[in-house]
This record gives sequence, C-alpha cells and structure tokens, in this order.
Amino acid sequence: MATQLHRSLKTPAAVAVRGLSRAFGPRRVIDNLDLAIRPGEFVALLGASGCGKSTLLRILGDLDPEFEGEVVVPSRRAIAFQAPRLMPWKRVWHNVVLGLPGRPDRKRAERALDEVGIGHRADVWPKVLSGGEAQRAALARALVREPDLLLLDEPFAALDALTRIKAQALVAELWQRHGCAILLVTHDVEEAILLADRVLVMKEGVIAHHEPIALDRPRDVADPEFARIRGALLDWLGVAHGAAH
Amino acid sequence: MSITEIDRSYAALRKDRPAEPADALVRLTPATARGRQVPRWLRRGIGPVALVLVWHLASITGVLPAEVLAGPATVLSSAAKLIQTGELQEAVVVSMQRAMSGLLIGGTIGVALAILSGLTRLGEDLVDAPMQMLRTVPNVALIPLLIIWFGIGEAPKIALIALATAFPLYLNVYAGIRGVDQSLIEAGRTLGLGRAGLVRHVILPGALPNALVGLRYSLGIAWLALVFGEQINATAGVGYLMANAREFFQTDVIVVCLVVYALLGLAVDLVVRSLERIFLSWRPNFTGA
Repeated sequence: MATQLHRSLKTPAAVAVRGLSRAFGPRRVIDNLDLAIRPGEFVALLGASGCGKSTLLRILGDLDPEFEGEVVVPSRRAIAFQAPRLMPWKRVWHNVVLGLPGRPDRKRAERALDEVGIGHRADVWPKVLSGGEAQRAALARALVREPDLLLLDEPFAALDALTRIKAQALVAELWQRHGCAILLVTHDVEEAILLADRVLVMKEGVIAHHEPIALDRPRDVADPEFARIRGALLDWLGVAHGAAH
Repeated sequence: MSITEIDRSYAALRKDRPAEPADALVRLTPATARGRQVPRWLRRGIGPVALVLVWHLASITGVLPAEVLAGPATVLSSAAKLIQTGELQEAVVVSMQRAMSGLLIGGTIGVALAILSGLTRLGEDLVDAPMQMLRTVPNVALIPLLIIWFGIGEAPKIALIALATAFPLYLNVYAGIRGVDQSLIEAGRTLGLGRAGLVRHVILPGALPNALVGLRYSLGIAWLALVFGEQINATAGVGYLMANAREFFQTDVIVVCLVVYALLGLAVDLVVRSLERIFLSWRPNFTGA
C-alpha cells in the first residue's frame, strides 16, 4: 500500500518541533508543543476555531518568526491557503511557476496544471476560474515546487460540497504520487479521517491527542470503524454527536 | 402602522381594482417582443443638439450679440479658417508639446518618489511628509515664483505643468503600493520570491490600477495647468491664440480654443482608457474588453 511505501522511506523526520510556544500578547496560543511528522506522512490537524492550528501551520511555513522553541522543517516547502491567493495579474500558468528559478517554464506549468486536471486553463486570467479550479491551480503551484512538506491550511473550506469531495480525492491521489509529507489543517473531522495517516487534535496550545488511522484506502464513510474514530475525535473536540458508538 | 392596519389598507386597495381571481394567470412578455424603443444613444444625443439649436437661434435673432458669444455658425467658419491657415494645428502642436513634456517630467518625479517612499521606510519618512505638505499648496499660486525663477519663456509653463502633475501620480502610486493585498505578498514569499521578485511580480503590478488612476488625474490637471501656464506671456499655442482673440473681442476664436481644449482632454482620456484596456484586463471588475 502506498501508505506503507511512504512510511518506509528512510530519511530523517519531515517535521520536528520541540517545546514550541507562540504568544499573542498575554495569550499563549501555542504552549510548549511537540510534533513530529515522518517523511511522506499525511497528518491532519483538527481543532476548534482559534485553537492555534493555523498559527502552527504559519510557523512551519516560515511566515511567523515570532516563536520560541525548536522547529526543523524541510527547505523545500509549499503552502496552499484557504483562499487560492493567485496573483490576479498573471495568467494561470505564470502563477504556477512564479518564484521558480530561471525563466518561466511553460511546459513545466502545463504539466502541473494537467496533473490537477485544469491544463486547458493555462492561458486564462485567474478571475475567470471557478472556486474549485482556482484551488486546483494553487495546488499545482505548490506541487510544481516538488516539496518535501506540503502545508494545507483549510484548502477546501471555501468550496461547495461536491467540489470539495473531488478536491479531496485529488489531494489523496497527488499525495500518493508525490510522496511528500502533508500537514492538513482542517475542522472537518470526516475529511481528516478520509485523508490522513494520523489525525492530531489540538487543544489548549498543545497536541492533545494522536489518532492513527489504519483504515484501508480509499476509505468509506459508511465503515463502522470510520464511525467509531469519528465519534472518538468528536469527543476529543468536545462536540456532542449522534449515536456513533 | 401595525400589521393588521397594513392588511386592512391593502385589502381596501384591492377592493377598488376590478375583481381578479386570485389564481389568474398572466402572460409575461419577453424583452425582445416589447416593441422597439428609441435607441439610447439617440435619446442621449437630443439634449446637446437642442442646446446648440437654442444657441444658434439666440444668435441669429440677435438675443445673443456676437460680442458676448459668437453663434455656432460663426464659430464653425472661424474654426475652418484657422485650420486653413494652419494656425490652429500649429497652436495645438505647441500646446500638446508643453503638456506632454510637463507631464513627462512631473510624472517621472512623482512615480519615482512614490516608489521610493512606498517601498522603503526611510523613503517614507523622508519623502512622504514634505509631499503631503506641498500638495496642499495650490499650484497656480506658484506662478509668480516660477516666473521669477524661470523667466517668461517655455520653462515656467512646463515647470507649472510638471509640478501640478507630479502630485496626483505620487499620491496614487504610493497608495497603490501600500494597498497591495498583504496575503498576496505572503503568498509570494512562500513561493520563494525575494525582495526584488516581490516588488516586480507582486507589488508593482498590484499598484498599477492606482497608478493609472493617478495618470488620469495628472492628465486632467495637465490641461488645467496648461491653460494657466499659457496665460504667461505666450507667443505660441492655444493660449496665445486665445489671448490674441481676447484683445480683439473675437469670441468665436475663444470658443474654438475652448472646444480644442475640451477635445484634447477627451483625446488623452481615450489614451488612458486604452492603456487600462491593455494593462488591466486581468481585473475582476474589468468590463471593457
């Protein structure tokens, strides 16, 4: 299985965080947090709004240097945000290869866009893309950098339900092909269980719970084990839920 | 009014109308089938045409004496005469050159200062405060100083236009640079863009819409400054033509000059519009193309 393949890669950890703290004024959003992600591992990070999960992702993405503690991440990282954040004044293919060394390589951009299924949109302005297409373009832009660590900050949150299902399947497929470690920040419990090798629950500034997901892929929401894990995670998140167990 | 009162008055209203069963069907007519109306452009053209007509009638009946304002027919014939002798073309070329060289100098200074203070903290501290202070001085009030500094040749006229056009470009380009979406700058950084790359690929393109707004303002002000500048002892140009006409009470020539000023303003506005069409077609609210 692909999951096994990723895990067997013998390289040092993709992410090693020890004793991480981040305060905004007197409020310590992250408080002495430890986290390790193996190369090629797909980790989902769950937590209530404002629990600091996006702050953690921003620190790992080197967007927030105001932290204390030890953080080791691969030099090749890429981020996809909740909003696609495409440069509106650059054609889609130009957006994909923006920031890569050398002259803009159209062939490379087209390959990346083909991979996410919007190769035919290479020449348009970002404004004409639908929400799902724009998010795919953002994914292509992240993956064209061949990252060892891909940080996803609620990338599906703004998509409609049907587009979200397709986008989730796409991310699963891309992950299997690229084999990069992924940290997916989300507050959708089912999405986390569907995609991740391991689901973390963040609470009061630390990782409060690790839930390894041993289900075979592709995963089925109707699986009783799926329902059990979902119930357990919702308990950890402090959400009342139906008769899942 | 309470809800029941509204209900009651509504019921009273209904009572006055011919009885219509509550479930009556109405046929809706599509827009294409609703007989052709007078086209919009034609309706909008009626106003100006009527105005010129009234003007014409007033001057041929003598209600409007030629010393006050020449009639449209006289204006047209003197325009034709000025074109025939080549005076008008020559004047337009001279005035255009003045406006454009002033704009070029002023625009370059304005944009350069805006980039300096937009991109660097030091530049902001050194440049922005004096610029904000100076922009409150009405440019026209500087004419006496400009005459003392530059004499009465071409230099004070161009300097006045340069001064007037530098500020709108400065203010808008500066605001544009500072207004670039922070999340895009962040995205650019995660893509590995360095400072120069961010400036080139994110900040300057992001400031372009504002820069073009500034250009439009600057062009508008350039004509205004030109009109004032050409009052300074001009020996050529549309302003000179006008000053001459004033000496001889030629209101027809004055009107021709006014029309020329208006047409020149319209022409440069057209230029900015096409620049926007070329450079801003990526904007979500752009509808020109």
